[in-house]
Amino acid sequence: MPHPSSEQLSDYLDDELAPAARAEVHAHLASCTDCAALLAELRRVISRAQALDDSPPQADLWPGVAAAIGGTPGRRRPSFSWPQLIAAGLALVVLSGGAVALLLNGGASFAGVGRRSTTQSPGASTVVPAAASSEAGRGYDAAIRELEAELVAGQGRLDSTTVRVVTQKLQLIDRAIAEAERALATDSASTYLHSHLAQTRLRKLDLLRQAAALTRAVS
Amino acid sequence: MITTSIGYRTLHTTDAPAPDADAVDAALAASGDAHAFERLYRRHVNRIHTLVRRMLGEENDDVTQEVLVRAWQKLHTFRGESAFGTWLHRVGVNVILNRRSERSRFRQRFLEEPAAGLDAPACSTSPAVGLDFETAIARLPAGARKIFVLHDVEGYRHEEIAGLLGISPGTSKSQLHYARMALRRTLG
Repeated sequence: MPHPSSEQLSDYLDDELAPAARAEVHAHLASCTDCAALLAELRRVISRAQALDDSPPQADLWPGVAAAIGGTPGRRRPSFSWPQLIAAGLALVVLSGGAVALLLNGGASFAGVGRRSTTQSPGASTVVPAAASSEAGRGYDAAIRELEAELVAGQGRLDSTTVRVVTQKLQLIDRAIAEAERALATDSASTYLHSHLAQTRLRKLDLLRQAAALTRAVS
Repeated sequence: MITTSIGYRTLHTTDAPAPDADAVDAALAASGDAHAFERLYRRHVNRIHTLVRRMLGEENDDVTQEVLVRAWQKLHTFRGESAFGTWLHRVGVNVILNRRSERSRFRQRFLEEPAAGLDAPACSTSPAVGLDFETAIARLPAGARKIFVLHDVEGYRHEEIAGLLGISPGTSKSQLHYARMALRRTLG
């Protein structure tokens, strides 16, 4: 075989040649030091490219990004989707009349939601929002804590049925979070589980936000 | 493990593996939490800044910022099917390639650049021996540079590059070959 072109050598490195052409180039390389040397050079370029490091910008770009996204850096900006707002508005119509009833009968309470006993079974010991120990977890926990506190303070303004429904939903979500965390404890590399956990946590955040919004709306 | 309840907020301390911080922060940021988005920014800004610099051949903080703002705007489309970093990288590539000025400059240079038969590149834009590898990449012609960065640095396939740039896979291969031949001299 005549010398392959350098482009063929490049394709050879990328495994882009047809099998027959690849076999010919392969055989040629075994007996041609010039082509083998060029191939080695091209391989070095690829290796060097794959070993390049990232570098930081010269200045912190966050202030500009924060300004562009409409928020002061570090300030939380809660938001609701239109469907959430519409649902909350409809719920208000139903709930406003029942708020007084809750004050009279004491009804159900949010206070038990999310609690786990320190004496839970050993099997449940892996049911852990490990995010609590991470930076991301602290941000999430802070948001949840704020909303839970607001909900506890304002639950007296909601009727007992609403409190019970929200409590049940929160318990379901907490169970789903616990299951996802338990699964992640044994399969920490699962992208699906991480995604599922994140989405479930977001659902909890959304539910708490809606419930807290209801307490504000009927105050 | 220690478990403590405060109201219905539950605190746990454990040595269990932490969940994917990116996935959690992406979900929070999608709901409007700028704090969470700042954490994502801190973890990924170097990668995006470097991608912009390599693709454009120069520092450009405006474009880096544009990528991050676009990511914030498109967070609702992130479904967690890939890692957040991968998704953000895609957003970055699209922003870089879709800039109006970049599109026209790219097409213009593509027409001017040699595309094949470059066993001994000698045009004035070819990197010289002894240059720092990053500098040598920056000095490549725009078309060859972008394709080299996407293929050899970032791991895109020719078919993907062709789709992104609106060229044929063959053109992508030729430009990549040109870039490699030029860069090999810097490692001499």
